[in-house]
Amino acid sequence: MITSAKKTYSTRAWLFLAPAVVALLAVGIAPLIFAVWTSFQQFLLPKVHLKGAILNVWPIFDAPVVWLSNYRALLFDQSFREALGRSLLFLVINLPIQVVLGTLIALLLHRPGNDWVKNIARVSLVIPLATTFAVVGLMGRLLFNNDFGFINFVWSHIFGHGIEWLANSQFAFVSISIMDCWQWTPFCALVLYSSLTMVPVEIEEAAQLETDKWWHVLRKVQLPFLLPGVTAILILRTADILKMFDVVYIMTRGGPGSATELISIYIQRIGFRSFDQGMASAEAIVLLILTIILSRIYIRFIYREI
Amino acid sequence: MKSEHKISEEEVTIVEGRHRPKLQIWHLLALLLIILFCLFPFYWMVASSFKTQQDILSPVPKLFFLPTLENYQRAVTKFDVIASLGNSLIVAITTTAIALVLGTPAAYAIARFEFKGKKDLWFWFITNRMLSPIVLALPFFILARNLKLLDTQLVLILIYLTFNVPIVIWICADQFRNIPKELDEAATLEGYGSFGIFWRIGLPLAAPGIAVSAIFSFIFSWNELLYALVLTRRYAQTAPVVATSFMSGYELPWGQIMATGTIVVLPVIIFSLIVSRQLVRGLTMGAIK
Repeated sequence: MITSAKKTYSTRAWLFLAPAVVALLAVGIAPLIFAVWTSFQQFLLPKVHLKGAILNVWPIFDAPVVWLSNYRALLFDQSFREALGRSLLFLVINLPIQVVLGTLIALLLHRPGNDWVKNIARVSLVIPLATTFAVVGLMGRLLFNNDFGFINFVWSHIFGHGIEWLANSQFAFVSISIMDCWQWTPFCALVLYSSLTMVPVEIEEAAQLETDKWWHVLRKVQLPFLLPGVTAILILRTADILKMFDVVYIMTRGGPGSATELISIYIQRIGFRSFDQGMASAEAIVLLILTIILSRIYIRFIYREI
Repeated sequence: MKSEHKISEEEVTIVEGRHRPKLQIWHLLALLLIILFCLFPFYWMVASSFKTQQDILSPVPKLFFLPTLENYQRAVTKFDVIASLGNSLIVAITTTAIALVLGTPAAYAIARFEFKGKKDLWFWFITNRMLSPIVLALPFFILARNLKLLDTQLVLILIYLTFNVPIVIWICADQFRNIPKELDEAATLEGYGSFGIFWRIGLPLAAPGIAVSAIFSFIFSWNELLYALVLTRRYAQTAPVVATSFMSGYELPWGQIMATGTIVVLPVIIFSLIVSRQLVRGLTMGAIK
């Protein structure tokens, strides 16, 4: 009796879920399966020919099937490893800056007083976050232009000479980092600010009576409430940097050379500018596996129960 | 009761008292610095969109200048800018509508029913937020080419569902959970089935959350670049793609580029300010309120 009741419950749930699940299988999972199959082939876009299609939907190509050889090549492919390393470096440089600045901003917003300005500041934080990524790239091109960019104007006033920001390998990396910090520090600030509002007022006030030092309050009282926010930021921003494409594509196209070629830009180049879809798919699958691991961690730490 | 109140008031005065006027001024300055940091690049783009090419190219940045509307006139009379804004609008609205139809019942099921595989399903939805678009862009390109769907609005509408359906589910599931279960029970006594309850009670009561998820879905679709770049060539190009395409060649029309950028970003900014309180929730998939 009970099991049958449970069963109808479950059937009903799946009736509600079916439209979304079917749609996501069709547009999300089916292409992934196709990508896995492509990654087992030597699939050079200009060279392969269509042999036919299953049900007129699923194309079959005459590309030679090489099974794992793309993946094996990947293991020894220095440029792939470098692109991953670059993304990692980008993460290691930018994430601490964003979290620390974000915490400071959150504390400033949390501090009593100057309410009116605080409200304006909270609204301003939304602006970078909301700006279309492609447009952030355009702003970057404008600000970091070496002839008339605002950054160079300030820089040359302080140091006496300008810099070719986007043409120099190191400074191009710095430039995209600055734009990333501009856009995502507000995200960290808002996440951490909402964590701070969770701290019970009585506890916080009691702590403030005990000590004069704000960092004592931060460490002993506020930190436990900030930690879930920080964890969420760490994982989401890691995923975002693996995804990062728009800003870099517009500011530098991965250049000069390959100085700013982060992983998504790199795979896009292999797939759509070198036309090696087999190799690019293999790289994309590796990226997918990294993403799945990250998501698992995210669920483990952030969603204790659903 | 009364004494408790008194203590807390005393605390406030002490706490306030520690915030000496000098500190208050530093606090104010720091806040102003934050505002400047957030707004300056944005202001600079908008200001440049009102400058002549000559003013933009001036090596000493012009803070004061004679504003001109020429850039906007030029940008708006360019056929591809208008067409791309139309494409962006059609794609974003259609994909959002479909995502709502597909996503709200699923969100309701997640919020209300217990079933096998619920955790795995949730995990799958989450993964979509983390997925790099390049992973799907590669196979989608070949599949769409074979189906003669390249450079159509339809292909973008379909692929945008991969992030829009999950966002609708995350946000709406939260909203459905907050509806008291007693209402469901009352409706069952009235003779409603589960679909009736979803339709008559769930949807109306979750309307604010649904609206927020619709706005998110619109924003993400409007902002998307990589899929649009890879899957369109000419006729279905969206606004961010066209804004990007100006960025090649010598003697860039900076004023027009910045005018286009401003036009592209304006609707998103307005929508984001409307949902600014829920922005964090949307970007963290409901994990942080």
